[in-house]
Amino acid sequence: MESAAPLFRMEGISKRYGGVRALEKADLSIRAGAIHAILGENGAGKSTLIKVMAGVVAPDEGQMTLDGRAVEFASPAAANDAGIVCVFQELSLIPELSVADNIIISNPPTRFGMIDRKAQRRLAEEALARAGAADIHPLALVKDLPLSRRQMVEIAKALARKPRILILDEATSALTAADVSKVFAVLKRLRSEGLALLYISHRMNEIAELADDCTVFRNGSKVASYPAGSKSDEEVIEMMIGREYHNVYPPKPDRRPHATPVLEVRDLSWADRLHDISFSLHAGEIVGLGGLDGQGQRDLLLALFGVLRGLRGTVLVDGKPVDIGSPAQAREQGIGMALIPEDRKTEGLMLPMTVRDNLSFAALDRLTRGGIIDSAREDDFIDRMMTLLAIKAGSLDAPVGALSGGNQQKVVIAKWLMRQPRIILLNDPTRGIDVGTKQEIYLLLRRLADEGAAILFYSTDYAELIGCCDRVLVLYDGAVKRELAGAEITEHALIASALNIGSGETVQQGAAL
Amino acid sequence: MTRATDRKPGFLRRFDPAVLTAFGCIILLLVLGSFYSRAFLSPDYLLQQLKVASFLGVIATGMMLVILLGQIDLSVPWTVATGAMMACAAAAYGPVGVALAIPFGILCGVAIGLVNGIGVAYLRIPSMIVTLATNAVAQGVMVVYTGGFSPQDSATAAMRYLAAGALIPGIPNVVFIWAIIGAAMVFVLGRTGFGRAVYGIGNRERAAYLSGINTRRIVMIAFAVSGGLSAFGGALLAGYASKAAQSMGDAYLLPAIAAVVLGGTSILGGRGSYLGTVAGVILITLLQSILSVMQMPEAGRQIIYGLVIVLMLLLYGRAPASR
Amino acid sequence: MKDWQYRLAEHRGTLTALFIFVVMFVIYTANHPAGFTANVVQTAANKGVLLAFVAMAQTLVVITAGIDLSIGMIFLLTNCLASWLVVGTPLETAFGVVVVLAVGALCGAINGAIVIYGRLQPIVATIATGAVYFGIALLLRPFPGGSVNENLADALTGRMFGSVPASLVALAAVVLLVWVPFSRSVYGRAAYAAGSSETAAYMSGMPIRRGKFLAYTLAGFVAAIGGLFLTFFTYTGDAAYASGNAYTLFSIAAVVLGGVSLFGGKGSAIGAVFGALAFRTIGDLLFVFDLDPLWQPLFQGLILLVAVSLGAFALFRVRNRLEWFL
Repeated sequence: MESAAPLFRMEGISKRYGGVRALEKADLSIRAGAIHAILGENGAGKSTLIKVMAGVVAPDEGQMTLDGRAVEFASPAAANDAGIVCVFQELSLIPELSVADNIIISNPPTRFGMIDRKAQRRLAEEALARAGAADIHPLALVKDLPLSRRQMVEIAKALARKPRILILDEATSALTAADVSKVFAVLKRLRSEGLALLYISHRMNEIAELADDCTVFRNGSKVASYPAGSKSDEEVIEMMIGREYHNVYPPKPDRRPHATPVLEVRDLSWADRLHDISFSLHAGEIVGLGGLDGQGQRDLLLALFGVLRGLRGTVLVDGKPVDIGSPAQAREQGIGMALIPEDRKTEGLMLPMTVRDNLSFAALDRLTRGGIIDSAREDDFIDRMMTLLAIKAGSLDAPVGALSGGNQQKVVIAKWLMRQPRIILLNDPTRGIDVGTKQEIYLLLRRLADEGAAILFYSTDYAELIGCCDRVLVLYDGAVKRELAGAEITEHALIASALNIGSGETVQQGAAL
Repeated sequence: MTRATDRKPGFLRRFDPAVLTAFGCIILLLVLGSFYSRAFLSPDYLLQQLKVASFLGVIATGMMLVILLGQIDLSVPWTVATGAMMACAAAAYGPVGVALAIPFGILCGVAIGLVNGIGVAYLRIPSMIVTLATNAVAQGVMVVYTGGFSPQDSATAAMRYLAAGALIPGIPNVVFIWAIIGAAMVFVLGRTGFGRAVYGIGNRERAAYLSGINTRRIVMIAFAVSGGLSAFGGALLAGYASKAAQSMGDAYLLPAIAAVVLGGTSILGGRGSYLGTVAGVILITLLQSILSVMQMPEAGRQIIYGLVIVLMLLLYGRAPASR
Repeated sequence: MKDWQYRLAEHRGTLTALFIFVVMFVIYTANHPAGFTANVVQTAANKGVLLAFVAMAQTLVVITAGIDLSIGMIFLLTNCLASWLVVGTPLETAFGVVVVLAVGALCGAINGAIVIYGRLQPIVATIATGAVYFGIALLLRPFPGGSVNENLADALTGRMFGSVPASLVALAAVVLLVWVPFSRSVYGRAAYAAGSSETAAYMSGMPIRRGKFLAYTLAGFVAAIGGLFLTFFTYTGDAAYASGNAYTLFSIAAVVLGGVSLFGGKGSAIGAVFGALAFRTIGDLLFVFDLDPLWQPLFQGLILLVAVSLGAFALFRVRNRLEWFL
């Protein structure tokens, strides 16, 4: 590795939001023609770091230098002009505009003051091809594209700006496996063309494949920078969490399941996203849903909870067929389901409302008599939940939006535990949460199972599936490809079934997950 | 030992800058008015204002419920008129009609509100356009009913008593009616599951739905209540004037919206207290009255009215800056 | 999907509005005693064009996910102003026209400034500014009166080339010279983007504030053109509150009928124009079928209600109930 002068440097950058220090004297050094990975827990400051680089927020102090000259960005447009482009997680696409409009969104070619649509289309097609997404039609509206395609449009859009530094923030989390390998090929090609790439990801295997340099952030500052491959995964994780990394999963009991499954699903199908899914769930079990992202896991959970229409097949609770038409029905006494949804900020909580109001929101029917809220009972329930889940909140009357991600998720879980549900569905519950809270959630789930709940839990993290679940159903293309139980649940088996490969075949090395 | 859940004392929890500013402006207006004439601070005048404000107050209560959901009710003008005209119409049908006049008027308002509610909640049509359409339909029905002329039926004795009478000498009945309705709304919003759900839906309907709340039914009920309250306001107005009149509700739409918003309720929903609406209603009524007593021509009144609203909103109604 | 399928989907709202209008107009002229003559078309055009201008103005604001409840009052204000200024010699008249248009643009700009830089919600801000603009209109014309340069008025409300109503030509000209260049410009796209997703538009570095500001200003400008035409038709300035209010509310109806989304980001003023013309034709249809004019407001309301409910049929195809909630 030659020691070339860094293309871009950040020194002593700090950013505070109210009392929260997102970045505290952060440093970073990026060189051209290399892929630089940034690792760190959520809350470590990675997103804020990128936002400062991309001109979305202004730092409170510190300096940035590009090509040796000090720079300051007043807006994302200014950062783009300097050659720094960021690929966001589909936050920057305009849903009602076409793909071509979105790709050439700033400085489009104009004729007589009006946008030249033909020239724009040509440029868009070039950018799509460069991003490996030539199959996307430039006139399609972004809102009609699935998440994976939108991410590819986002990448094409970044490439259309001819960047010198390309930042990718969890850019592959929404992609299918095929798209991921295409994107990796594109990134490697860009690297050989002299671009500097900044890659933020949680996925160690991706970083192992792509990165040349790595930097670990913790609590808003840099912990260490090192060449890729020179540190083991455990060392890196320890740097990320700042303490020794133990195996955090509670022990799994050796238990025979009850005779009658609490929940049984037979030949469940929906639209063309779920195909003839059959499985059963017993009290005391934690069953996981595995597989690549977007294979129907989230849809299955929504289907069980009564959110989807046009379901075919049968769902039985306690051996009796039920027709669940809404979450209101799903949570009723006779069925007793709960769903911890995908996005806590828009689906699980009302951020401006107080912690107290959010906690009691799903149990209002239990806390009211004749429609009137029984305050004493409400306080009692809330008290119990706060203790049970060890939720850290300054005051119960503060808006829940002020809590950390982990505590917010605990509020969502507590909200449902107030109803003492028998069937608990969880949609990727530990995404974006710090390791400490994750451990607490794993222990809680096992405890709930021991007390008789049946838990169905989708996770994008294989380690979680291996560590927590008694059984795992691996989904592929909306159907259950394989069921793994007990000792069968290994990373190898999960990956193999996720890719729809039989258990005897070898996993291709290049297929990143 | 204090529990984690101990609540802050009630009044501290209600510390809302918008409500305080609204009440502050009321006092300011009275002080400014008193420079023009001492009569502005006399109890007679203040009670008179409270009486006039009560009609707007009843209507604004319904509007607040709808705005808390993040919706809007533009059908107020003709729901008010319908309530008034139908109540008076019922009065012409003998003693049974007279007894049921007010409930009948309210029922008509509830019916309009239900149409609004079904359109917004079940057909997912933006409330602005549904209520606009029902307003037009209500107008159409009333025009046909009255044959285009001023309605000839008069108000019942009950309507007149409620609107213009005084059970306790000196304090108009209609003020009590507003107080009762207001207290009921405060109770519903603060102490019932329905009220809690309204705030939740206004904040994030998606999350409320996924929490198992029947959001569609609650939205429908809210619009029905708003329609009922508007119609009741119309019946009271008819009682005050002893008859209904064409276009009598037109003057209440914008003030109702302004009163709710000036009282600190966010037009986007999910935030606001009834105390603020009370302040907003009194503020608007005072403003209109002072301008009228000063014999300001209509033109000047409109301009000042608009300017005051903009200025007050710039004080505390601004969205947070990004970046 | 092929190119033409995408383009068709893009213009679906406008084409639907056009279809509805054409159908209604054909029924109207077919049943009119005089039939499809230049006179009939001219009268219909003159009545429809006023709402069309206001609807176009409303579209400009609605695409930014805003609403302008003062547009009817800008319409009245410019009408009253025109009844004072658009008189006299050709030079004076021209000057008057320029001033009227500038005042309309200024009103729109004030709305834009309050919404964008003051960060107030459009619905309440424009209720307030509407009151102010109405007050000024009332100051200008406490009683209906005034006059207008009759040559100009007759020219623009008459016919060109013998049979084409001049008002329609003017409408088309405004669409071509104001709407099309704006909607296809960088600022126009920024306005659409701001309506579709303001955060995404900001992250993409688009000139959102200038785009929205220009949208509000042009809205005032187009409303002023409508006000001018009102003066040309009536020869007077009249600060009629009920009329201004009606124009505001009907412009929202026309905009929705024209396929413009009240949530912003989608739709075309051309659709809104057809929506306005269709809306106006409802009244004409009642006249032609000899229905008591007493029933007109009811029919207008019912048709509006049905028209906006039609969009609800798309709900039946929704498979995931979460799509009901934004």
